[in-house]
Amino acid sequence: MFDALSERFERLGSSLRSRGRLSDADLDEALQEVRSALLEADVELGVVRAFLDAVRERLSGEALNQSLSPGQQVIKAVHEQLVEVLGGSPLKVTYASRPPTVVLLAGLQGAGKTTAAAKLALWFKQQGRQPYLIAADLQRPAAVEQLRVLAGQIGVDVFSEPSDPVDVARKGLAEATRLGRDVVIIDTAGRLSIDEALMREVRDISDATSPHYTFLVIDAVTGQDAVFTARSFHETLELSGIIVTKLDYDARGGAVLSARGVVGRPVVFASTGEKLADFDLFHPDRMASRILGMGDVMTLIEQAERTMDASVVAESAGRMMSGTFTLDDFMAQLNQVRKMGSLGGLMKLMPGVTKEMRNAASNVDDGELNKIEAIIRSMTPRERGEPSVIDGSRRTRIARGSGTTVNAVNQLLKQFAEMRKMMKQMSGGGMPNLPGGMGRMAGLAARASAQRSEQLPPGFEALGAGMSAGGPVARGGGGKNKKKKGGRVTPPKQR
Amino acid sequence: MIVALIVMAVLVLVGAAVLVRRRRRAVPMLAPVAREAMPEVLVAEVAQRPVLVDETQFLESRLGSSRSIFDRVRTISSIGSLSQDQLDTVEEVLLRSDVGVATTAAILDDLRENGAPDGVAAAVRDALLASLGADRSVTTTAEPGRVPVWLFVGVNGVGKTTTIGKLAQRHVSEGRSVVLAAGDTFRAAASEQLQQWADRTGADIVRAAEGADPGSVVHDALGRAAARGADIVLADTAGRRANSTNLLDELSKIRRVADRDPGQVVETFMVLDATTGQNALSQAREFLAAASVTGIVLTKLDGTARGGIVVAIERELAIPVKFVGVGEGVGDLIVFDPKAFVDSLLDA
Repeated sequence: MFDALSERFERLGSSLRSRGRLSDADLDEALQEVRSALLEADVELGVVRAFLDAVRERLSGEALNQSLSPGQQVIKAVHEQLVEVLGGSPLKVTYASRPPTVVLLAGLQGAGKTTAAAKLALWFKQQGRQPYLIAADLQRPAAVEQLRVLAGQIGVDVFSEPSDPVDVARKGLAEATRLGRDVVIIDTAGRLSIDEALMREVRDISDATSPHYTFLVIDAVTGQDAVFTARSFHETLELSGIIVTKLDYDARGGAVLSARGVVGRPVVFASTGEKLADFDLFHPDRMASRILGMGDVMTLIEQAERTMDASVVAESAGRMMSGTFTLDDFMAQLNQVRKMGSLGGLMKLMPGVTKEMRNAASNVDDGELNKIEAIIRSMTPRERGEPSVIDGSRRTRIARGSGTTVNAVNQLLKQFAEMRKMMKQMSGGGMPNLPGGMGRMAGLAARASAQRSEQLPPGFEALGAGMSAGGPVARGGGGKNKKKKGGRVTPPKQR
Repeated sequence: MIVALIVMAVLVLVGAAVLVRRRRRAVPMLAPVAREAMPEVLVAEVAQRPVLVDETQFLESRLGSSRSIFDRVRTISSIGSLSQDQLDTVEEVLLRSDVGVATTAAILDDLRENGAPDGVAAAVRDALLASLGADRSVTTTAEPGRVPVWLFVGVNGVGKTTTIGKLAQRHVSEGRSVVLAAGDTFRAAASEQLQQWADRTGADIVRAAEGADPGSVVHDALGRAAARGADIVLADTAGRRANSTNLLDELSKIRRVADRDPGQVVETFMVLDATTGQNALSQAREFLAAASVTGIVLTKLDGTARGGIVVAIERELAIPVKFVGVGEGVGDLIVFDPKAFVDSLLDA
């Protein structure tokens, strides 16, 4: 997400970091870079201007901070402004006291409304609600069918009939009330903001159902038009928020900034993949950190908690520290990590990861992971526990057994050996020299986790989405985190 | 094998988090979660809705705003060198139409160097037209004995299926018999959508179950087209993001299958949504590499977006726009006309 933008800021960051003082000319040059980065990321021109003015204001108004270099101060100002534009903490979805809570989705053709409707239904279901879908897109061929299929996959009912969209919405709502469903999601046809008849129709649907939430579904790769679209839908429907789709597209995601900047309504949900589960609340502060290449450890940890089997992880983490990590543990861990989602996606959440690693990771597919699993499964228990016994003939056997090459087996063993070495170093007390700033990352994770466990009562994490705004990672000044020395980690001070 | 490194990175991270947490409190990591009581919120607080905007005013204001920008350029009658203010105005017009930073910079350099002998508007128009000089002819015939195939690629939601429907109509009305290959076996109900277009246009269609191999659908469509002596095959593919090697490899494979006897891919169209911003350039680059794109169909140009990014695509990658989608009707697809496009880009 926001890849290009983060890279530019990364580059900008490093050139500024190398300077001791920041002159007016330096500031102009830095802001010019920020401008190009934002424009190339499709942020609307007016929004860009306002953004730059605000950053300049921040820098001139603020007393010079002695502990930060001038370059870090620019980055900090950009970060703070990003957080402000993106809108602080995520919106809290509340439910109507008299159910059902009605959610209306609108947007241009092809923005992803139908998929978003199903994903949203799944999200509500995961929140313990009983969602109900109304397919009021009678325009596009097979749109209703598409929603039915998707809803079938998540076990949610769909209401539709071939009449008039407004009637469908009204009857669907009545049906939902009769069935006692507490959340109703209305999918509407894609429409152009200048199509008066269709805009009137969606307004009629809205009048007939009085939605509690009206979301504009917008494609993250939208260009300068995002502003116009957002504004005209807002004028017609009084939006309560924005759902961004296709954020996994290298999307520099400028549309998010534009729409948000113009309409002043928060981005509530973001869709980040083709699977129905690739959908969650949008965390502006984390996104701002991600834009600036600071990674997003909080999301990573949350994802881990949601999907990983705690006992398995803890057990092998313990063995990791004692230096008796085996290939069996490795495989168990690998499977846990796979449950968390694509490796490419995970890499994006990690701070201090280079672009090359990120790219390499996004190209690792299930096939390759399966291959690794096959290699390990082709080993005897003894070989898995004591990889040093694997000699030439064993390697040949393993390669044949797993349908791979000796070369692949060698590589895996070599990497595993290196991995073990690093772990031993780590358990020895100091963070080892990990490539790509991973040592730093581990320190960050420790700090993030430490802070969270202080802030939140036990067992609260699953609810904690959004409660951890302004965690240590999101705090200004990317890249200034030094490698931690010593195993003991001190939690950062509270805000 | 980067995998080990990545897994290790995640492990280090999660491991550190877990260990710290265990050290801090000896409670199980995932204690049973008590559901937080959801605050009950009355809806009475929802803001008053605005009165529906009068549409005539609405349109006028829209045209007005974009015209006024260009008017500012048009009224600049400077001959020779342009002032910084004038250049800024031109820059704004270009950036707002999604032409992109690089192309805008190039046009500005050109203006700076050569001035604007016939006025600024003409200079900008000429510069844009110069970027749109590629050959736009379309091929509808294959080698003797082979069936010509038009393959459609693009990201999700750009209008591939709709475009195929419209082009099927165009071919049918020009007297060709058409076979549609429902190669989008990923998105729910995509083949139903194409089926409806087939029914509407009288084209033949080959479908398979959801999740089937798209290559095999295309292969079957070629078989049917060859057996029935059809004139052309239009092959749909699932929308895919352009930054995933695996999805692009799958696309290359579909193209190889389509190009195998009795088929011959004579055109590969990348369908592009006019609202798309700078990402379109990377889409074009990736799809060109994976599927040898021969042309672009620019859709949804009837909205407020101007699709200026195609100028950058044609400048950098020499992929010409061949058709333009301007509505939801079956006839709403026209041949791309650079002059009209540039005018609409600058004139709203």
